[in-house]
Amino acid sequence: MRKLIKNRNVRIALILLAVFAVVQILDTVGFIDGYIMGIIARVCINIILAVSLNLITGFTGQFSLGHAGFMSIGAYTCAIITLRYPTVLGFIIGVIMGALCAAIIGVLVGLPTLRLRGDYLAIATLGMAEIIRILFLNMEITNGAAGLIGIPQFVNWAWLFFFTVGTIIIITNFINSAHGRASISIREDEIAAESMGIHTTRSKVTAFTIGAFFAGIAGALYASYFFFLKPELFGFAKSIDVLVIVVFGGLGSISGSVVAAVLLELISSMLQSLVALRMIIYAVLLVVIMIFRPQGLMGSKEISGIMFKGVRERVQSKVRSVGKGKGGEA
Amino acid sequence: MNFLQQVVNGLSLGSIYALVALGYTMVYGIVKLINFAHCDIYMIGAYIGFLCLSVLKIGVAWSILIAMVVCTLLGILIEKIAYRPLRNATRIAVLITAIGVSMFLEYGMMYIFSPNVRAYPQITGWLAESYKIRGLTITSQQILIFAITVGLMILLQLSVKKTRVGKAMRAVSLDRDAAELMGINVDSTISFTFAIGSALAGAAGVLVGIYYNSINPLMGALPGLKAFVAAVFGGIGIIPGAMIGGYFIGIVEVFVSGYLDSMYKDAVVFAILILILIIKPAGLLGKNTGEKV
Repeated sequence: MRKLIKNRNVRIALILLAVFAVVQILDTVGFIDGYIMGIIARVCINIILAVSLNLITGFTGQFSLGHAGFMSIGAYTCAIITLRYPTVLGFIIGVIMGALCAAIIGVLVGLPTLRLRGDYLAIATLGMAEIIRILFLNMEITNGAAGLIGIPQFVNWAWLFFFTVGTIIIITNFINSAHGRASISIREDEIAAESMGIHTTRSKVTAFTIGAFFAGIAGALYASYFFFLKPELFGFAKSIDVLVIVVFGGLGSISGSVVAAVLLELISSMLQSLVALRMIIYAVLLVVIMIFRPQGLMGSKEISGIMFKGVRERVQSKVRSVGKGKGGEA
Repeated sequence: MNFLQQVVNGLSLGSIYALVALGYTMVYGIVKLINFAHCDIYMIGAYIGFLCLSVLKIGVAWSILIAMVVCTLLGILIEKIAYRPLRNATRIAVLITAIGVSMFLEYGMMYIFSPNVRAYPQITGWLAESYKIRGLTITSQQILIFAITVGLMILLQLSVKKTRVGKAMRAVSLDRDAAELMGINVDSTISFTFAIGSALAGAAGVLVGIYYNSINPLMGALPGLKAFVAAVFGGIGIIPGAMIGGYFIGIVEVFVSGYLDSMYKDAVVFAILILILIIKPAGLLGKNTGEKV
């Protein structure tokens, strides 16, 4: 039993279970009202969006400004399906279909555009998201600018928790796999990665598609929780919101994205009373953070990495002393 | 609406895009930054023009001049406060800063002037007239926009090609470190680039106010994106490219709303962008450069 608790995965699972149970109990008791639950829902959706964008931008180094486009595909798909089949099964199918549709569009958009580098890719993805938004604005099935109203609400804390944790686990595992390492090598130096035999286009498209998939899930959750959709919700501003979370938390840090999603939501709900000044303060905060801490809160470190910092430093100093002993150039 | 009429309308709209695109392309050429705040400088130019025309009640020419001066100062200020401390930071950090500045300007103006749409004062005198040539209607506003745009562009092209500062600008955009070693003051050159771009945006803001008659704090966002598309279309960093791109986008937009459906005009512009990026990423006039290892 002792050994089991010492195992890192088991410990994380226990912590997660505790978090889930506490919120669930508070929710059942009635301590968490609709307002707080709304904040929690937004945080969870933002975490999914930020972690999936971090895979594209932070780990693979491909600058995407169109994440809201994928989110909107997931949201509308799920909304249309649950409006037809308002059952839990319909909702599950809606989420899956939403994510798949977003992923398919991700492949279609990614294949031609991911050959572009840096800012050009950013502009291309931005254009793509705008096109998607304009299409939704003009389509019959999405009810145009008026949007879809009265989408059945199936999402509760359990679903939010399940999808958020699932996203984080899957993306973390992907990053620690061979494919993920390939993605990171592309971020570090694309030409070097290519010459090491990494199929850069395939890796980039894979990361992009996975990112789009989870953005679709986030959109589906949004549709089902807030039961109201209109195309303006998924404009350029939403993509920027997600990007800000990623950069604020630190490019290439999953835990950074999680922390930033929570912090930024708290800040913006604290500033709720100052409606007029809220966005101004938010903007100033953004500039100030970028000037004084451009690498974001966490840099590319993870929280677990910081907790084990002591161990790592000891190992590193040992390595260094070994290097010195050999009289190498270190 | 006949074909020529559409072309005339497209040229007036394209002039505005071209003026804004010049600012994007120059700044991108020199610091490799998509200056998202640029479209808001254009919006502020429109508001300055509005104040000049409705409160101070001075002429159109003076209003444009004052808007250009204020926008120049604003551009220099923004560069100094927000972008200069990040000269050596990652590009994504600078980009986020630009987005922050853009949000600050938009919501700041919303706070001061309220988010409501405001109407430009009625223009009187010869600017309110229009001329009919064989069924073709050309307003004097369209002539004004076209003349001012072409005039400013010639002025810009001359100053970039013929003056010392222009030479410094070209040197810095080619290789910043080498330019610095040659004794060029990189910081002031970059400031100058922001100043010129902002002045052009200011002029475009007043012109658009006169032409379309209504302004609001978010008016810059979409034209800004389209102007950037124009800059990419012509080849980013290339001044004549931005002009060609601006006119092209303007004419395409007018044609799509005239002959197809005005709801799709923005989508078509972005589709053109994606096509251009896929077929010729360096833009119409750009040269493909290989990447050095």
